[in-house]
Amino acid sequence: MNFTLKVWRQANAKSAGRLETYAAKEIPSDASFLEMIDIVNDHLEADGKEPIAFAHDCREGICGSCSMMIDGVAHGPVKGAATCQVHMRSFKDGQVITIEPWRSVAFPVLKDLVTDRSAFDRIIQAGGYISAPTGGARDANEILVAKSDSDSAMDAAACIGCGACVAACPNGSASLFTGAKIAHLARLPQGQPERYKRVELMVAQMDDEHFGHCTLYGECQAACPKQISIDVIGLMNRDYIVAMATKTPDMAGASGHG
Amino acid sequence: MELKSKVPSGPLEQKWDSHRFNMKLVNPANKRKYHVIVVGAGLAGASASATMSELGYRVSCFVYHDSPRRAHSIAAQGGINAAKNYQNDGDSIKRLFYDTIKGGDFRAREANVHRLAQCSVNIIDQCVAQGVPFAREYGGLLTNRSFGGAQVSRTFYARGQTGQQLLLGAYQALEKQIAKGAVAMHTMTEMIDVIVIDGVARGIVARDLTTGRISTHLADAVVLATGGYGNVYFLSTNAKQCNVTAAWRAYKRGAAFGNPCFTQIHPTCIPQAGEFQSKLTLMSESLRNDGRCWAPVKQGDTRSARDIPESERDYFLERKYPSFGNLAPRDIASRAAKEVCDEGRGVGDTGLGVYLDFADSIKRLGEKTVAERYGNLFEMYERITDENPYRQPMRIYPAVHYTMGGLWVDYNLMSTVPGLHVLGEANFSDHGANRLGASALMQGLADGYFVIPVTIGDYLAQAKLAPVTPEHPEVRAAEAAANDRMKRLVGIKGKRAADSFHRDLGKIMWEKCGMARNTASLTTAIQDIGALKEEFWRNVNVPGSDADLNQALEKANRIADFMELGELMCRDALEREESCGGHFRTEYQTPDGEALRNDDDFAHVAAWQYTGEGATPTRLVEPLTFENVQLSQRSYK
Ligand SMILES: Cc1cc2nc3c(=O)[nH]c(=O)nc-3n(C[C@H](O)[C@H](O)[C@H](O)COP(=O)(O)OP(=O)(O)OC[C@H]3O[C@@H](n4cnc5c(N)ncnc54)[C@H](O)[C@@H]3O)c2cc1C
Ligand code: FES
Repeated sequence: MNFTLKVWRQANAKSAGRLETYAAKEIPSDASFLEMIDIVNDHLEADGKEPIAFAHDCREGICGSCSMMIDGVAHGPVKGAATCQVHMRSFKDGQVITIEPWRSVAFPVLKDLVTDRSAFDRIIQAGGYISAPTGGARDANEILVAKSDSDSAMDAAACIGCGACVAACPNGSASLFTGAKIAHLARLPQGQPERYKRVELMVAQMDDEHFGHCTLYGECQAACPKQISIDVIGLMNRDYIVAMATKTPDMAGASGHG
Repeated sequence: MELKSKVPSGPLEQKWDSHRFNMKLVNPANKRKYHVIVVGAGLAGASASATMSELGYRVSCFVYHDSPRRAHSIAAQGGINAAKNYQNDGDSIKRLFYDTIKGGDFRAREANVHRLAQCSVNIIDQCVAQGVPFAREYGGLLTNRSFGGAQVSRTFYARGQTGQQLLLGAYQALEKQIAKGAVAMHTMTEMIDVIVIDGVARGIVARDLTTGRISTHLADAVVLATGGYGNVYFLSTNAKQCNVTAAWRAYKRGAAFGNPCFTQIHPTCIPQAGEFQSKLTLMSESLRNDGRCWAPVKQGDTRSARDIPESERDYFLERKYPSFGNLAPRDIASRAAKEVCDEGRGVGDTGLGVYLDFADSIKRLGEKTVAERYGNLFEMYERITDENPYRQPMRIYPAVHYTMGGLWVDYNLMSTVPGLHVLGEANFSDHGANRLGASALMQGLADGYFVIPVTIGDYLAQAKLAPVTPEHPEVRAAEAAANDRMKRLVGIKGKRAADSFHRDLGKIMWEKCGMARNTASLTTAIQDIGALKEEFWRNVNVPGSDADLNQALEKANRIADFMELGELMCRDALEREESCGGHFRTEYQTPDGEALRNDDDFAHVAAWQYTGEGATPTRLVEPLTFENVQLSQRSYK
């Protein structure tokens, strides 16, 4: 198959970028989208031209590295798939394909298609964990968890932290990402002691990182390669209200946002 | 040099306890005076960084990823073993120990493996406390599945995403410590060298992957948790960025490399579709709980699977290994699949494939239950192959998956360079010549949560380290060498992309040092790699600048190390004149084609010591003594 690619090239965070045109020739239909770019890059490199920089690693939809807007759609045309899981058989021979990085003020472009998503790590740092220092844990089977709770916690925990939700959201909100972690931990008995403090701190951090506000467009859910449901945002919002209503002076001090 | 394993004396069951009692401690107030560098934040590195900082050590952690959550551990699917005996099926620490030693074909150190089995039970407790959503029964208790090489159900799992959930647990613990200021996290920063002063590891040289800046970092101890080197074969189930550079640079600074030729070929991967392919995808071993492996009885049978009647199917694992059946260990299952294909009975366009069939399980359990157990794997398979495994059997073929070899470490997980410790897949320690499924996650977390946090204290309490400054000549020299190497790579300006060398290296390694090896293939491989290396340093083209985000440079730098490692792997495979586990020398096999060990001459670890550019490395030997298990020919019949 042959394609014409229009690819966003940008030297670094400070410089302006532009779309450049490349021919992708003789691409097998079984090749993945990233393998198609590999082929283009091999030619560029052999000619001494800088290859297209893009984030990738596992190439099986689990590490959350790959992150491309393909014809304006986060991760491209296949539902429930990350960019690395899209194959060229999903495109028409001769098609023109536009490839851009995630677009969000919270994810500055580092080079070409590579963005800085460290804001996600900082949201987790704010409270996306259960405090359980190593050692001293009791026997695992002493904590009973109803299968349905465990399953729904796992549904939320499946998030790969790719950022497609932010890229797809007209407001650039990180609510699906943040809500997924909050829901994962809130649905388990182990997550209860820190439940309300967690939501308060994580939401505050999300606001500090210049993500937009959620107005429930639902685009995030549609773009999510793990098809995480926006129910997690509902849970986050409810817990946030409870957290605010029951906030003690001590917690306000701990959060730094009182 | 002598390899001192430092295995404590006393009965096997008491070694770890008495060692913990005998070790020197660093008192709580003094811990913050010590600075430990951890390279890597996969299961091993993240758990180690979090735990050591919880104890009070000052930790700096380096990864080339943009977030610690993206380490290759995230991709582990099937599960993690632990001797909990929740199923009441006769499991115990002793049985897990025995299965692991036997699974490794009697080429691992007894004391390490026993400690691993002991720690396994604490790992599950720790992970559940963190909120890892392991699969459960309706009553709320944890559930288990079976993995290869075991006759008990001891594998804990979180759907097909066990590695992801375990890593997120460790990652969250790590992020919590980062927020507290207890860990200094350096993402997108690649270690390029170890700094060794007066024979002791005192820091690292690293490259900022965004700016290209080379910097030096000093510490009281260095811990490498940098993963395995399966990507030396180019095509493997490993993530694309997995590489050997950290371990290789440590080797060149004096750390002995243990059993480099011990690599694991996993039997159930999606077959290669074409030359363009950039990596292979694993189909978790857990599938063999309910899937049956078969190939047509007739050679060159081109009928579709469903048209081949029962009587013309060869369920080759069930036939050859009736007591373990489809759950024979990986090395054995892989060789059996290769054998079938070599006989011309392989399936698919290339003939390099066998079936993994779920029809019987779907009949027995219903599609819903099968989907619940393996849904995401089936989906992954369909996405890649465009075939629906609920309707037709999967096609699978063995692929490189894991490396048992790695930097040699003693019982304390310290390499032959004092102060340099190695955890997880990067060390050679626990799996002998073949790793059992669901045991790598266990080892990574045992090393990181429970072993290194204790043994590092023993080292630091006795180390008596003189202060070093960035101006020290050795520090300066290491920094200059790293800069020179990057400049040299971008300066070659030849005609070939770095990846094309990697593909060539992979072909040499797969064909000549892969599932079957012999004197002739290994000798030519060493020559071929020599020629490839020579061309690389003359003809690679690394466009762009070293002072920039430059992925071509990152690749070239790693491939240069892979080529040197490949050579050492072949040398190690050549010297080991026996077959054991994943190391199959065609000259050494039983009449029915099983691996034929030579315990008289090779019941040892081979650890290679670097002796300088172009010089033949020295082969050091750590004899293995088995006091608690009977050395026997492995039988899964
Ligand atoms: C597809 C797949 C499925 C698997 N499934 C299972 C399973 O079900 N059960 C099981 O037990 N095992 C499984 N394994 C094996 C297991 O996942 C790995 O062995 C294990 O996760 C390795 O963990 P680690 O912490 O040692 O290294 P990794 O997780 O590979 O982490 C390496 C870390 O080191 C960093 N790093 C490396 N080099 C450098 C450098 N030079 N500078 C800076 N940072 C560096 C990386 O950024 C990363 O953070 C599977 C493996 C694969 C490939
Ligand atoms: S490369 Fe890992 S999710 Fe796409």
